[in-house]
Amino acid sequence: MSLWLVLAVNSVTLGGLLFLLSAGFSLIFGLMRIPNLTHGSFFMLGAYLAASLIQAGLDFWTAALLSGLLVAAFGGMIERLLLRRLAGAELAQVLVTLGLSFMVADVCLKVWTGDPIRIATPAALSGTASVLGMTFPAYRLAISVIAVAFAVALWALLDRTRLGAMIRAGVDDPAMARVAGIRVSRLFTLVFCLGAWLAGFAGVIGGPILSVYPGLDQEMLPLALVVVILGGSGSLLGSLVGSLIVGFLYNFGQAMFPELAYVVLFLPMLLVLVIRPQGLFGRQPA
Amino acid sequence: MRYLALAAALVILAAVPFWVGSVYYVNIASQVLFYAVFALAINVLVGYAGLVTLGHAGLFGIAAYAGARLLNAGHGHAVVVAGALAATLVAAALFATLALRGTGIGFVMITLAIGQIVWGVAYRWISLTNGDNGISISGRPSPLGLSLASPPRFYWATLAVFLVEIASMAVFVASPFGASVRGTRDQPRRMAALGYHVWLIRFLAFLLSGFWTGVAGLLYLYYNQFVSPQAVALTASAEALLMVISGGTATLLGPVAGAALVVVMKSVASAYIERWNFVLGAIFVAIVIFMPEGMVPGAVRLGRRALAAGRPRVSAALPADGEARR
Repeated sequence: MSLWLVLAVNSVTLGGLLFLLSAGFSLIFGLMRIPNLTHGSFFMLGAYLAASLIQAGLDFWTAALLSGLLVAAFGGMIERLLLRRLAGAELAQVLVTLGLSFMVADVCLKVWTGDPIRIATPAALSGTASVLGMTFPAYRLAISVIAVAFAVALWALLDRTRLGAMIRAGVDDPAMARVAGIRVSRLFTLVFCLGAWLAGFAGVIGGPILSVYPGLDQEMLPLALVVVILGGSGSLLGSLVGSLIVGFLYNFGQAMFPELAYVVLFLPMLLVLVIRPQGLFGRQPA
Repeated sequence: MRYLALAAALVILAAVPFWVGSVYYVNIASQVLFYAVFALAINVLVGYAGLVTLGHAGLFGIAAYAGARLLNAGHGHAVVVAGALAATLVAAALFATLALRGTGIGFVMITLAIGQIVWGVAYRWISLTNGDNGISISGRPSPLGLSLASPPRFYWATLAVFLVEIASMAVFVASPFGASVRGTRDQPRRMAALGYHVWLIRFLAFLLSGFWTGVAGLLYLYYNQFVSPQAVALTASAEALLMVISGGTATLLGPVAGAALVVVMKSVASAYIERWNFVLGAIFVAIVIFMPEGMVPGAVRLGRRALAAGRPRVSAALPADGEARR
């Protein structure tokens, strides 16, 4: 397999992970106007929890689902107990979520120490798979498939169900949605938990590729930010396209300009900010 | 009376090396002062312009790194200071152009992302920044032939810079420019309708903030004789923001009190507990929940409420200061 193909596969894999991470971030930001800076922590926490669950004897997928649920519960608590009191005060929300992310990072450092932990690839997917006569690492392929499946499911949820219609109404005009009898407050909690679950789950399935280590949260958070700025907040399609762009830039940048890979990542964001500040698929603010 | 208090404060500050006892405390005092310089610089944006930045450690770091590189290339201190400040101003202009594409939460996000870019450069562009190992320098400048090598000397130099800054801030706040910056914070639309160029006013405020951030970065470099990606990390930006917010935004002394609080807590806390980051996060959360207007006004409000609870309800009818302002 040629170098370029390897890079392309890795890019799609990373893009898939980033999509899971940023879709939740984008929804939370789009619906609740909460800039959730604990989102990177959710990702890291999910991976750490799963590592412990797997060590306790659970299999990979059960651990992934369960640790996602734990992270979602944690997110729900944050939303109910803290962010709820600060509705509308964006600066306060930034500070609280930032403060929480520091606390989570420190607790993780204490519990799981500073050494990187690698989550083992599930046995069934540790080999290679051949598609169209070419062989790929099966696990990376699986991540891409999962990401696509989630993209479709989220799209169906938002676009085809009553709940999705209510969420979209909440994004567009929360006050009007309330008047129409939608319990926006309950939606907020639901969306926040969903976003947290996605981030935690992404952390777990990213574990075999990225490993888990202190600082992973602050590495992933800016990536999610870039994706959302690129794609436009509240837009699922924007998250998907943004994630793929970032995934490709990161891997190809890493291969071609190793010292500047991290900077290359931000260039399209800067470009988008200058040319189209609302993001590629964001709507013009009213 | 005011001048008397001012003079007394000056004397007390200038005499710090004589009454605090050991060199350790003199160094802490120097740290408080250069972080106060940094916090006051951020306060221009966060407090007066209403633009919350989470990327200022990037500018702080650019000044420190530029200074370190210039110094190690063999330039004199005058060139180092001028070059580092020029680099910081150019970077600030660039940052401002990008960040001012958004306001409110957009501004926060963009500054955060830009700050992370600078961190990425500091951490990964090893041929420029020496990566994680950082850059060491040797030698502090000797303005007017006075060496700053000893801790008290360095303290006095930092104090001088700090006093110049706080004086310039007092002038800025009282000036028409300061008033127009506050105007763009409170009523951007009306300011635009009145014919003010809101973007330009914010841009200039960013430059002013960037300049003093650069000064603080240089002081940091000369104090530590070392700079590493840690100085540029998101934690550093957050700490600086905490200084401003904990002390009280849009006040002259609030950020100074906040800087003192954070630096002292950090050195005290790190002596007793190893988990400073946890404490930092907890303080953030506590301040936002319990005293959103800052620690100094917040403590006053909570104190009054406690007093009012003990007394008959006559005085409780009067709204406390902090609440009236909100």
